[in-house]
Amino acid sequence: MNAIYQFMDLILPFEWMQYTFMKNAFLAMLLITPLFGMLGTMAVDNKMAFFSDALGHSALTGIAIGVLLGWQNQMASLLIFGLLFAALITFVKHHSKMSADTIISVFSSTSIALGLVILSRGGSFAKYSTVLVGDILSVTPGDLKALLLTLIGTVVFWMFLFNPLLLTSVNAPLAQSRGIHTKASEYAFTMLVAVAVMMSIRWVGVLLINSLLILPAAAGRNVARSAAGYMRISVLIALLSGIVGLIASYYLNTSAGAAVVLCSAAVYFMTLPLRRK
Amino acid sequence: MSEKRQDAHEAGACRLCRIEVDHLSVSAGGQKLLTDVSLHIHCGELTALIGANGAGKTTLLRALLGQMEYRGSIRHLTSDGRPAAAVRTGYVPQQLEFDRSSPVTVMDFLAAAFSRRAVFLGADKKTRTKVMKVLSRTHCEKLTQRPLGALSGGELQRVLLALALTPQPDLLILDEPVSGVDQNGLETFYRTVDELKRKNHMAILLVSHDLDVVRRYADRVVLMQGTVIKQGSPEAVFDSEEFGQIFYAKGGRA
Repeated sequence: MNAIYQFMDLILPFEWMQYTFMKNAFLAMLLITPLFGMLGTMAVDNKMAFFSDALGHSALTGIAIGVLLGWQNQMASLLIFGLLFAALITFVKHHSKMSADTIISVFSSTSIALGLVILSRGGSFAKYSTVLVGDILSVTPGDLKALLLTLIGTVVFWMFLFNPLLLTSVNAPLAQSRGIHTKASEYAFTMLVAVAVMMSIRWVGVLLINSLLILPAAAGRNVARSAAGYMRISVLIALLSGIVGLIASYYLNTSAGAAVVLCSAAVYFMTLPLRRK
Repeated sequence: MSEKRQDAHEAGACRLCRIEVDHLSVSAGGQKLLTDVSLHIHCGELTALIGANGAGKTTLLRALLGQMEYRGSIRHLTSDGRPAAAVRTGYVPQQLEFDRSSPVTVMDFLAAAFSRRAVFLGADKKTRTKVMKVLSRTHCEKLTQRPLGALSGGELQRVLLALALTPQPDLLILDEPVSGVDQNGLETFYRTVDELKRKNHMAILLVSHDLDVVRRYADRVVLMQGTVIKQGSPEAVFDSEEFGQIFYAKGGRA
């Protein structure tokens, strides 16, 4: 880790970089933002913005359940609950005639309320409030390792999942006629998003996590003309917004997550006039 | 693999000759969509399914595609009545309701279907060559770099047909492939289909509302209304009483 810090001092000799917490936050940004820029492309293509929003909110219940069970490891309860929640929404969506947005809304509000009820018992919610906005400045080297593993794992899955997801997003029966298990790839994708969301929620926050997923991809769609371009531009916008947002938050003394989201929102609005008619 | 298959084709061994659908019924959500459907689909022939909206035409296609549960039997047979091995089905869907602003080019779309390599890495040379070759079969090799959402109805259908033809299917299913296609595009499309039928001796099953197209291109016509109510040559079906009742009795047209 020290070698990495020294290297960063060498190539980025700036005032904001002299603190270790900023170095860690910077590295975390380099790991989290491409992850979301990548997954966001398909989330936008498959109209899942609302789904991922609900997934972010469910993190409250994830943490609450961990607290109830007295688990030391918050990550474990977040991951388990997030995966179950994603699978459950997808299952109910497939097996109910209700419209998807109603189902997602029901699940989303239930999990927020449940999380709040459990965490606010005895009036102690204040200590969990960082879950709402996140705190990337508190990332430790151990967390960075976990994020790195998440990124590598997601990229590997992504290589296999991308083509089936692309065909499914154009026409599901057509994809099925070519031997693609459309449901299995949908489940796999929601699981992947769930893992990414839960691994990053403590640094980005329940309120902002979805913007990180949707905004770079939405901006990328404004300018991209092909699948390759879409992915590259989305990841690039995510990365740049992450870095610029982090630096801006240092000088303005604001929440880093919020500054990052504002940056990608700015890119989205700047690229809006470039949309293909 | 494909060469082996080619050999088998040439030898005439285990090659699909006809599809026999016997007493097929489909229910979904407590509703009977199809009851006791029996029909044969032959290779080298274009069989057209016609009928009013909700007659169960698309349901039958989806059962044939294996995307819907059914009772009864669907058998794929060779000329000597034995089960045909590994029948390949190509499918051109009904209207494609996809997000037209999606940044997916024709090349991306076909490469995703033909290659395991993730499309966002860019297609390799082999895949590119294959896509060009496939598209040339339906005369749309000039469309490779166009976004899928920017194609006209006719262009999109020809791209989808090219996709359905690769790998070479034994049964080609066309679900109303001409909706939203101009007259010129329609002629080109059906001439291509007709040519394919002659050259490749494949079985083609078409769902259409365009009775003029059916009259000119179909070898057999199946009139449906929850079940098969008339089948035979186009003349025999079009001149039947049942046809008149469905298409003209209420003063409406198909």
